[in-house]
Amino acid sequence: MSQESNVSTADTERVFREEYGRAVAVLVRRFGDIDVAEEAVQDAFATAVQRWTSDGLPPSPAGWIITTARNRIIDRLRREASRDDRHAQATWMRGRDELDEEEIVSDERLRLIFTCCHPALALTSQVALTLRLLGGLTTEEIARAFLVPEATMAQRLGRAKGKIRDARIPYRVPQAADLPARLRAVLAVVYLVFNEGYTASSGERLVREDLCAEAIRLGRQLRELMPDEPEVMGLLALMLLIESRRTARVSVGGDLVLLVHQDRSRWNRALIREGQALVRRCLARREPGPYQLQAAINAVHSDAATAVETDWSQILTLYNQLLAIAPSPIVALNRAVAVAEVDGPLTALGLVDDLDLDRYYLFHAIRADLLQRLGRMTEAAGAFDVAISRAENAAERAFLRSRRSGIDVAN
Amino acid sequence: MKQYLLSIYQPDGPPPADLDLTAIMRDVHALRDDMKSAGAWVFSGGLHPASTATVVQVKDGESLITDGPFTEGKEHLGGFTIVKAADLDAALEWARKLATVLTPLSIEVRPFHDESTH
Repeated sequence: MSQESNVSTADTERVFREEYGRAVAVLVRRFGDIDVAEEAVQDAFATAVQRWTSDGLPPSPAGWIITTARNRIIDRLRREASRDDRHAQATWMRGRDELDEEEIVSDERLRLIFTCCHPALALTSQVALTLRLLGGLTTEEIARAFLVPEATMAQRLGRAKGKIRDARIPYRVPQAADLPARLRAVLAVVYLVFNEGYTASSGERLVREDLCAEAIRLGRQLRELMPDEPEVMGLLALMLLIESRRTARVSVGGDLVLLVHQDRSRWNRALIREGQALVRRCLARREPGPYQLQAAINAVHSDAATAVETDWSQILTLYNQLLAIAPSPIVALNRAVAVAEVDGPLTALGLVDDLDLDRYYLFHAIRADLLQRLGRMTEAAGAFDVAISRAENAAERAFLRSRRSGIDVAN
Repeated sequence: MKQYLLSIYQPDGPPPADLDLTAIMRDVHALRDDMKSAGAWVFSGGLHPASTATVVQVKDGESLITDGPFTEGKEHLGGFTIVKAADLDAALEWARKLATVLTPLSIEVRPFHDESTH
């Protein structure tokens, strides 16, 4: 009896995005080779597109993909082994025993994340590998997201996979002693993807939503895999709270809108609720970390119905904590913004002028704003000029130019 | 087990006057003993300065001999250790110990092809 199926290509694509990382991770663990695993999973999905469209989705799509891909690898290895390839034979022996139910449901992604974000790999490679293997993005998509030619990205990925194989970078969750440092690297990769999406470091558009969505998806994966790590929770909360303001941050004309001028009715309430709930759970843990504190700062902003209702003294307290556990000139700069609201722009300007951040456009933009508030218009205009010359994003430059021209009118 | 080459890079010229070479060599030997008792040590050796190096190249059957070293630069290979390790993490841990003993020198870790592992 033939049955009408409602499975579309979009359904298969959705399963692909959701299950690709899990399937690759299981097969990498079993066969020890990323390329072999990836190729087999891609083949299995190609078969799935035809099969599922006529037969409907199997009860466990992930299990179907993993089993199909596994069988493909074993068939291939068996063929190669018969040609007296000792290496293939050895690999085949490892993969020969039956794939049990437990292996299909076991989640090997956590090991794979730590492999992708291994400190022996360059940060750019870590990011590309994570998006490729855990996110299931194609090489072309990753290349487009980071504005590099596809051939360059393919080479970068190939080199990184080659190093994992040849230098034998392990598939392993680090031991307790190494875990904090290694976890920081993983979180940094995910946050870098998010930030690259949120304020594209170059290019014309201010936000590349696809990267933000991907980073949040990875953040949710991490939370599922490491539910007890407060910083994992903190990073997810931070991304959700920033993401909640994304549409309000860009005007209809594509211009940047500062937090203080945003139409708060356009903030995404569902994301705020989810982010704030995570922040509350973090606070209850009492193990503050940089991501949790940044999330908490964003949660305070989300609490304010209007900009003037913002609880700046609470924000300043949080920045004091952040500066104590993760001191950096950037944190000090952001803290100065809160100081300006609590103690006035003159105190803040004193703090800003002590920072060695000349190459960073926001340093000059914040200085310009403080000088303007102090009525020092000529200096403010000069600082805006420097900020414009340092900003790499077109929307940010346009915003700074409009602020700069506002000063000219006032003069 | 896989084998890794741990190369020690050091600046050309004589070592700084305040360096206690005796203490450093004692620590290096102690680390070598640790590697041996862990079954990780394969080979190690220190080299004379790069100014003693000679480069040989054959072109059209003719050998060309030049006063070395092969690479220009202010730092050269000063010595090396070969270790057996289960994976890169284990090799990096030996490299970390070596770099601790030889601070501030850099240690480069490179895997051998599997064929050379016997």
